[in-house]
Amino acid sequence: MDLALVVAFQVIYSIALLVLISAGLAVVFGMMRVINLAHGEFMMVGGYATIVAVGAGVNIYVAMLIVAPLTVGILGLVIERLVIRFLYGRLVDTMLATWGLSLLLIGLATLIFGNTTTGISVPIEGFPIGAYQVNGYNLFVIVVTAVMVVAIYAVLSGTRWGLIARGTMQRSDMASALGYSPDRIYMLTFFAGSALTGLAGGVLAPLVGLVPTSGTQYIAKAFITVISGGASVIAGLLSSATLFGLVSQIFTFSVNSMVGEIALLIAAVILLRLLPQGITGRFFRGSM
Amino acid sequence: MGEFRHAATVIAIAFVAMLIGPSLLDTYTLTVLIIYGLLALSLGLIWGFGGILCFGQAAFFGLGAYAYAIAAINVGESTVPFLLGIAVPAAFAFVLGAMMFYGRLSDVYLGVITLVVTLILFKFVNSTAGPEYVIGTARLGGFNGVPGFQTLNVPGYPNWYIYDRSFYYFCAVTLLVVYALMRWLIASPFGRIAVAIRENEQRVELMGYDVRFRKTVLFAIGGAIAGLAGTLFASWAEIVTPGLFSLAQSAEVIVWCIVGGLGTLTGPVIGAMILAFLKFLLGQQGQFDSTLILGLILVLSVLFLPRGVVPSIDLLRKRAGLSGRRTAPGRRRRRARSMADV
Repeated sequence: MDLALVVAFQVIYSIALLVLISAGLAVVFGMMRVINLAHGEFMMVGGYATIVAVGAGVNIYVAMLIVAPLTVGILGLVIERLVIRFLYGRLVDTMLATWGLSLLLIGLATLIFGNTTTGISVPIEGFPIGAYQVNGYNLFVIVVTAVMVVAIYAVLSGTRWGLIARGTMQRSDMASALGYSPDRIYMLTFFAGSALTGLAGGVLAPLVGLVPTSGTQYIAKAFITVISGGASVIAGLLSSATLFGLVSQIFTFSVNSMVGEIALLIAAVILLRLLPQGITGRFFRGSM
Repeated sequence: MGEFRHAATVIAIAFVAMLIGPSLLDTYTLTVLIIYGLLALSLGLIWGFGGILCFGQAAFFGLGAYAYAIAAINVGESTVPFLLGIAVPAAFAFVLGAMMFYGRLSDVYLGVITLVVTLILFKFVNSTAGPEYVIGTARLGGFNGVPGFQTLNVPGYPNWYIYDRSFYYFCAVTLLVVYALMRWLIASPFGRIAVAIRENEQRVELMGYDVRFRKTVLFAIGGAIAGLAGTLFASWAEIVTPGLFSLAQSAEVIVWCIVGGLGTLTGPVIGAMILAFLKFLLGQQGQFDSTLILGLILVLSVLFLPRGVVPSIDLLRKRAGLSGRRTAPGRRRRRARSMADV
């Protein structure tokens, strides 16, 4: 019974982790059809922002939940203005340019922080479930992810800004005719997506030893999760993260974590072969 | 016969460059530049002429290198391993391509699958350090790689190694031969139809061509050339490591093609040689991180030189009125790619 609870907890945690690392990419891709291959490096910057802020005496929660998203959001804003806005509608070119950006950011981080591992300690103690000790910080990650998903949904469906954003993504010419500037809305959406990525980087900072190349371990997973999810931002993200989280955890528990990782990747290949438009291209159509 | 003369000129210039090269640089460096050029040529073919953006060209490169190394340990002579180093990646590319193209996967999804397959190979090979992973007498070695295999030798004479200067000439001539073959391929009906598929897949399909099969074959040819490059690389480096499968390697090939120019065959080769040499120079000085510079070059070239170096020079030359003859068709990457149905 306890073991089942622990396993369930681990599965939920790995799903939450996938959602967390993919959310920023999903917003930017789902809304704007831009694939940001510098996504992992945005997370890396969020992580460094957190560590630097904590080092400067800021409370760790403030650093993770406010400083990191703001820093990365602003970074995203600058990059959108300087590079991405010239490339809207040119999917492959954006991918290549953001790939260049990712290399550039790795280079800059190496220049500033050096090629060494930095980290901060986990702020939450573990707690027991029956005879097993469970990592308390994992619970925190799950809660943050849940709040984040609800918040994205609330903003997109409940607020005027979300309505305008969704409208612009569907018909930018019509939104423009109604007096909203698509240029500004793209800019703000990219800011929001970057901020979410920064949040992910900040929240994961205590869990990983941060090096300038840390971002590369996330990008592939985030990329796969978002693309397999398909066009709908939230439904796609949740469905593909659940599927991949389940698959990888089942194989991790029954064999080892290496096989778990490979199983995730193979599941992605099979899924895309069967559903070339992603999960929401076939199921949950029209959902958000 | 404009195209024929163009190809002949390129080969003549390259031949002269091959002879002059060793007096400017050491052949060890030159050889690896040529191998990278061959790798870039493989992606330049399938991306520039087939419109297939493969994020995992390194997978075929690495597979070729590993196939050669493992076969060489088992056989002890290089002829069969050399052929296997080409055949294995070609077969792998054929199967992978068939899976993707018969599934009618479009742009981004193609990118994801090739990327994922590269990652799978990387993770798998990386985790094979244990003694239970053996093919014949060769251990896979995991992250340590496979060292100590027979390098290239004259067919039938295992003690007559092809190394140093003669290996350089071997690689250079290989590149020239492959280039000539690809020029011929592109001028052939198969190549013409490949370009037509790149421009408008649906129209070609309606004309009765089997688009899926043609794309698969083109993809397999690209895999074979990348595998050949991998085979030569294995013989050059005398060790193969999982790093050959890494995303960084795939990224670099794409950068070479973009900077050199798509829709040409010389572009990717030149791009690869220039950038690889630049990286080599940057690696020798400690001031700037070479990743930083490479990233900057990629961003700037996408923004300001979306056609790449070679087509831009062609364009300039034409504008200056020096040459009236149109060579490689200008790649309308912007238009063709922009409306990809995601």
